[in-house]
Amino acid sequence: MSRKLLDLWVGFFVALGLAGVLFLALKVGNLSAANFSEAYPLTAKFANIGGLKVRAPVKSAGVVVGRVADVRFDPETYEAVVTFSIDGRYHFPKDTFALILTSGLLGEQYIGLDPGGDEKMLKPGDVIAKTQSAVVLEKLISQFMFNKASEGPAANQ
Amino acid sequence: MSKRESGPGPLLSTIASIGHHVTDALQRLGFASRFFVMLLLCSGQSFRRPNLTIREIYYSGFQSLLIIMVSGLFIGMVLGMQGYETLQRYGSADALGILVALSLVRELGPVVAALLFASRAGSSITAEIGLMKATEQLTAMDMMAVNPIARVVAPRFWGGVISMPLLAALFSATGVFGGYLIGVVFIGVDDGAFWSQMQASVDFRYDIWSGIVKSFVFGVAVSLIAVFEGYDALPTAEGVSSSIKSTVVKSALAILALDFVLTSFMFREAG
Repeated sequence: MSRKLLDLWVGFFVALGLAGVLFLALKVGNLSAANFSEAYPLTAKFANIGGLKVRAPVKSAGVVVGRVADVRFDPETYEAVVTFSIDGRYHFPKDTFALILTSGLLGEQYIGLDPGGDEKMLKPGDVIAKTQSAVVLEKLISQFMFNKASEGPAANQ
Repeated sequence: MSKRESGPGPLLSTIASIGHHVTDALQRLGFASRFFVMLLLCSGQSFRRPNLTIREIYYSGFQSLLIIMVSGLFIGMVLGMQGYETLQRYGSADALGILVALSLVRELGPVVAALLFASRAGSSITAEIGLMKATEQLTAMDMMAVNPIARVVAPRFWGGVISMPLLAALFSATGVFGGYLIGVVFIGVDDGAFWSQMQASVDFRYDIWSGIVKSFVFGVAVSLIAVFEGYDALPTAEGVSSSIKSTVVKSALAILALDFVLTSFMFREAG
């Protein structure tokens, strides 16, 4: 086989392989993580984070605006300290509400951001003051049971 | 002649043969390590003639394209069917894209492509080098002051190492296409949900990059085993055939064991 033809086929092979990598990067994955370099961190403290994991999405109005970067336990206040990075394109008011929500009945947990009406914006590294913890199903059920039990005899009479 | 003088008893000879196998294996491991260092030292010499490596990329990479792409397509189609079957029970058939893409990119792409590559290209590299040794071509090169490792072994090694990540990426890409074909075109999963859910949960650095790193490591392992088995083959017909067999067996074991080790390093925090 002549060298020219050999080079042609090898070139074809390498181009096809690189096209495969490109397809995986752009169509299968999201290279948007690449421009996370301009992302900025925010922190929020929760009494209970439920099953929130590192890399869980941070959503506002249902749109993913960031990812959870770190989950720690504060031994002094006995709270969970969650750090998340927000896409640099988006800014939120100072009185933004951070909630831990669940997608669907059995879905993964994520952080929801409800923007408030403050004129001032959160700066990188700020702590979100207003938070709502994850809903723990067992607590909900026990509350429901106690309520039922306390009103039970009254309803019978 | 009494029995005692004819040799050790059956128990002793069993122990002796185990010891022989162990020292033999250790000796081969030592020779393989020395061979790997020699190979790396001679690589500079063979990189000055890139045409040799390009020729090997043609033989081991380009000629494996068909088997890699066809198997990728079928594996993707099977994943699409089986995944749909299970997911639709939980009403989450939309997550089919995630299942197909993650299982291909993280595991099946690198591993199955490497297994196919070992049996398609690795065995032929071993056969080629083993036959060269059996017909004393390697010795003849040495006599003519041509270093056989730089001229014959290193280009085949690097050809395999370069081809393997490209083949694995193509395997995953055709697999995702196969899953799309079954899931969206034939079964009727929503097109937008298929791609958008996939893109939302496949991360480039976390998933795709670790797949590429895996396939690179497998490429080094398979190519090294293939060239070493060929170079170390007994210069007889049986010697060459048994070293081809041992290339395929050892490559498969090395790929699966390395996959476990790499996965436990890469996805430890995945919880």
